[in-house]
Amino acid sequence: MFPLNGTMQDQHTPAADTAPGLEALLVAVGRERDKQAFGVLFGHFAPRLKTYLRRLGCDSSAAEELVQEVMLLVWRRAETYDPRHASAGTWVFTIARNKRIDVLRREQRPEIDPDDPALVPEPEESADRRIEAKESSGRLRAALKDLPPEQAELLRMAYFEDKPHSVISAEHGIPLGTVKSRLRLAMERLRRSLKDVG
Amino acid sequence: MNRPSHHPGDTLLIDYAGGALCEGASLAVATHMAFCPACRHAVAEMEAIGGALLDDLEPEPLSDGCLEALMARLDHERPAPCRPAVKPSPETSCYPEPLRSYLRGRLDRDGRIGEGGWRFLQPGMRCMDLLSGPNGTTRLIRMKGGVGVPQHTHGGIELTVVLEGGFSDEFGAFLPGDLAIGDPSLVHRPVSDPEGCLCLATTIGGLRLTGPLGRWFNRFVKF
Ligand SMILES: [Zn+2]
Repeated sequence: MFPLNGTMQDQHTPAADTAPGLEALLVAVGRERDKQAFGVLFGHFAPRLKTYLRRLGCDSSAAEELVQEVMLLVWRRAETYDPRHASAGTWVFTIARNKRIDVLRREQRPEIDPDDPALVPEPEESADRRIEAKESSGRLRAALKDLPPEQAELLRMAYFEDKPHSVISAEHGIPLGTVKSRLRLAMERLRRSLKDVG
Repeated sequence: MNRPSHHPGDTLLIDYAGGALCEGASLAVATHMAFCPACRHAVAEMEAIGGALLDDLEPEPLSDGCLEALMARLDHERPAPCRPAVKPSPETSCYPEPLRSYLRGRLDRDGRIGEGGWRFLQPGMRCMDLLSGPNGTTRLIRMKGGVGVPQHTHGGIELTVVLEGGFSDEFGAFLPGDLAIGDPSLVHRPVSDPEGCLCLATTIGGLRLTGPLGRWFNRFVKF
């Protein structure tokens, strides 16, 4: 059912991830239009996407409709998914984020085009510092659980409330300097977890 | 090629990666990213954090039949093409995505922003609106060489990305790709470089709160 042949690009990854297989499932959807694999992905992501959209203010039925739209995009775009660049969760997150900006805010999401020849290239010495998506996602989740609660809480607000950090500061009565330093501290710790190898 | 030395900073990049920034401010941040591999890398990390946070959310079950309804829709999907369709060749443009898309129809044959469509702001300074909405406007500003903007403060938080040429103020020299953040507490007097300056300027939306808290906030917000 899932292509485990030698053409997969991430064979070197040990099967030690906490959510094994999501990436392989996504690749199977992209390569073979594998509906069974898609069903498993739906079972994992759809209920989380519903929570995500509910936190952003959707009522239950609006959230479910939007979840279906997001998962339809997952189906359509699975072929462009590259497990070397992002974990399945990261890739689905970006699709959901862009779709909810489109539907809930009726705005476009300006993004760079990674294939744009006009992009200023990386300095050569850092060209290979790409995040090893699959290996690092487990470590990242562990590091998230270890964050001090006030940092974790702010991080969730930043991702799930559709408000820039300056507005979060004003609405929650947390001084802006505190918001910024908590977010920066959280970033520092999470970055370290992404860089750790092994 | 030189890489920028003035960056949005982690907190603004998190706003962008999480999707909280309005379109105009996102355009400014993403335009900076086209010039800045370091911030591209930081946003990729922040999107990975978004993925981990999503995975961590308490799942909320969907109503019965959601998956079946979606599966039925998949049957009507055309089979996907083997490769993503080749993008139609874009008009010649000197500007990277995502800015390029916002400049469609405004470029001359060399792919630069033409002479038409500008509005007078002050001697030596013209602007062209790209986006306007409840959150403010996003515009291009073109300054001739050596033009000084009168000392001013900002009504909200303004982001300015240099596209060509440059300017200097009390905070340093800003060259192509550099992103300057101006907020209401900041008083500055930028002067364009001798070769002039083309930049993208926008306001961060969602900041003009009303009521006592908003007034307090608008007075004290700092970046
Ligand atoms: Zn940067």
